[in-house]
Amino acid sequence: MRKSSLFLLFLAAGITLLVLMFVHASVQMKGGAASLQAKADLVGQLGLTDLCLFTEASYTRHLSQADLHTPFQNGPVSLEHFPSGSLVMPPAAIRKINGKVD
Amino acid sequence: MEKWIERQKHIIDFTLSSLLRRKGKNAALLVVYTLVVFMLASVVFFVQAIKREASVILKDSPDMIVQRMSAGRHELIPASYLDPILSIRGVSAARSRLWGYYYDPVAGANYTLMVPEDPGPPAGTILIGQGVSRVRLAHEGDTLEFRSHDGTLIDLEVKGTISRESELVSSDLILVSEEDFRRIFGTPVGFATDFAVRVKNPRELSTVAVKAAGLLPDTRQILKDEIFRTYDAVFSWRGGMMLVILCGALLAFIILAWDKASGLSSEERREIGILKAIGWETSDVLLMKFWEGMAISFSSLLAGVILAYAHVFFTSAVLFEAALKGWSVLYPEFRVTPFIDFSQLVILFFLAVVPYTVATIIPSWRAATVDPDSVMR
Amino acid sequence: MIELADIRKVFNAGRPNEFVAVDGVSLVIDAERTTVLRGPSGSGKTTLLSLIGCMARPTSGRIRLYDREITSLPERFLTGIRQNTFGFIFQQCNLIKGITALENVMLPAYPSGEKHALLKNRAMDLLDTFKVSRKAQSKVEWLSGGEAQRVAIARALINNPSIVIADEPTANLDTKLSREFMEIMGRLKSERKTILFASHDPIIYESDLADRVIVLRDGRVERSIP
Repeated sequence: MRKSSLFLLFLAAGITLLVLMFVHASVQMKGGAASLQAKADLVGQLGLTDLCLFTEASYTRHLSQADLHTPFQNGPVSLEHFPSGSLVMPPAAIRKINGKVD
Repeated sequence: MEKWIERQKHIIDFTLSSLLRRKGKNAALLVVYTLVVFMLASVVFFVQAIKREASVILKDSPDMIVQRMSAGRHELIPASYLDPILSIRGVSAARSRLWGYYYDPVAGANYTLMVPEDPGPPAGTILIGQGVSRVRLAHEGDTLEFRSHDGTLIDLEVKGTISRESELVSSDLILVSEEDFRRIFGTPVGFATDFAVRVKNPRELSTVAVKAAGLLPDTRQILKDEIFRTYDAVFSWRGGMMLVILCGALLAFIILAWDKASGLSSEERREIGILKAIGWETSDVLLMKFWEGMAISFSSLLAGVILAYAHVFFTSAVLFEAALKGWSVLYPEFRVTPFIDFSQLVILFFLAVVPYTVATIIPSWRAATVDPDSVMR
Repeated sequence: MIELADIRKVFNAGRPNEFVAVDGVSLVIDAERTTVLRGPSGSGKTTLLSLIGCMARPTSGRIRLYDREITSLPERFLTGIRQNTFGFIFQQCNLIKGITALENVMLPAYPSGEKHALLKNRAMDLLDTFKVSRKAQSKVEWLSGGEAQRVAIARALINNPSIVIADEPTANLDTKLSREFMEIMGRLKSERKTILFASHDPIIYESDLADRVIVLRDGRVERSIP
């Protein structure tokens, strides 16, 4: 087979997969996927406020509920020592009250 | 039209033959390029999906949480504070919440213990999240031991596990009865962790919050909007790890394009001369260079993006586990709903394809416009 | 047919290494005839060939091809003429390394958008004519000097040009291969192609094929035979 035909075939296959990706994603979104619904239901039932992303410490587990001082539990000049600290910013509630924290 | 297609195909034929002359180098280039795109796209997909999930599933979060503060720290709130809250006009419901963190020395993991609204699990029993189940290898019928605040050990039977689908919010949860909660933590009767408040009209929320702050000066109010904004800012590009990844990827793209942009070798220049001598126009030569750039960069983009999608949405971003897990012992299986923001993909395209292709074409411009006479010499 | 009127070509004009390669040449090259440009190296043969073959522009003077002035044509048109009217055989073959002989032969016709199958057949036919079809799929590095030369000739003919230009084609060939080469040129001549050589090889300028020999020295025409 000609090299260019192979290449164009590969491109076509790739673009088709890309389109399928989009279709898959939008189907999942519209279908109100069971998992999304299950999560939302539980949130309503239990009155949850946070995603369970980082269970290292209290203030990383409940990001939105964290008060200003718990992260400094070891001392006022305590540096951020949990790895998740490099992934999340301080919660909006604290930033609002205390001005620029970032 | 047909001629145009055939011309492209012929030129692609030559471009591919030309690239195949240095199989090893170009294969390595392709792999590296794909990896960079894969990593960047994985991050983009993952972050977008989590943020979107958060915005959707936290819709039914309590409108307002009332926390009591003491010396700047979150303290237990007296149940008596509930009446003033209920008296505020616009409040449709308010209840006390009991929840806290339990450190399990056996596994080294942190769990969130929570008392659900009636009916909760009967005393002596618990419902556990999937993450807890995995970490303690505990299933329905097993018993888990808890060390209470006064040193006594309490056995609680696992009545069931919380659904897999809800892992993103419930992975580390242990639902327990009020009685058992107070036994474990020693939270005195008459006190709760905080209050969850619902208002009739969401637009009145800030007014209600201000009133609550006035009635109970030693409390602070966390509004639903702030919960959303917190998760909107999670994994922000300005954050440490994300910034490193972004800079790393940008640097990689620049370095990959640099090799091309730094000019042609004399061999390449000679070849362009030959092509022009046998009758190729400047536009033909530039077209060839265009396809050369596209062959590598666009192929890598396609492969990288598709692999990233599969990685994030079919394997729950397994390669990110080490980074995301941090020091946690318990790690949720993310299982996020697939979501793609088209604009982010377009940005990725402009980062991955355009600079490299341009870097391949531009240096050839001069060589392509020079008289082929030099070939004769 | 091909008319050159007072052609001058100066390299590096105005600089210390200024060099006048062609210094006022006026010629008429007849169609369907074989003309040989003869002279020592540095006499301007190669430069003259590249000027005629639209590979470079003269510093001054005019060139007419089939009664059409080509000196002032924009590059696009020159490329078109180069592609369709001329077939070049270079001294050093100048085949593209790393790709097959067949692909080299097809290369000049790639931009025209001709159907692949047709082009391939024509290329194979040409390779067959010059007895190198066995080596069609071989990479150019694996060809012998003679084979490479023949592939180069095939490449020059892929677009069926009416004028064939060869610059010192036998410089890297032994006597046997040189004579074989002249045989091929004889066949082309019988197909009524115009052939233009630049060579200081007697096998070429003393051959029966040569209708006219033009002797060059220091960028000027010294004499013409006949």
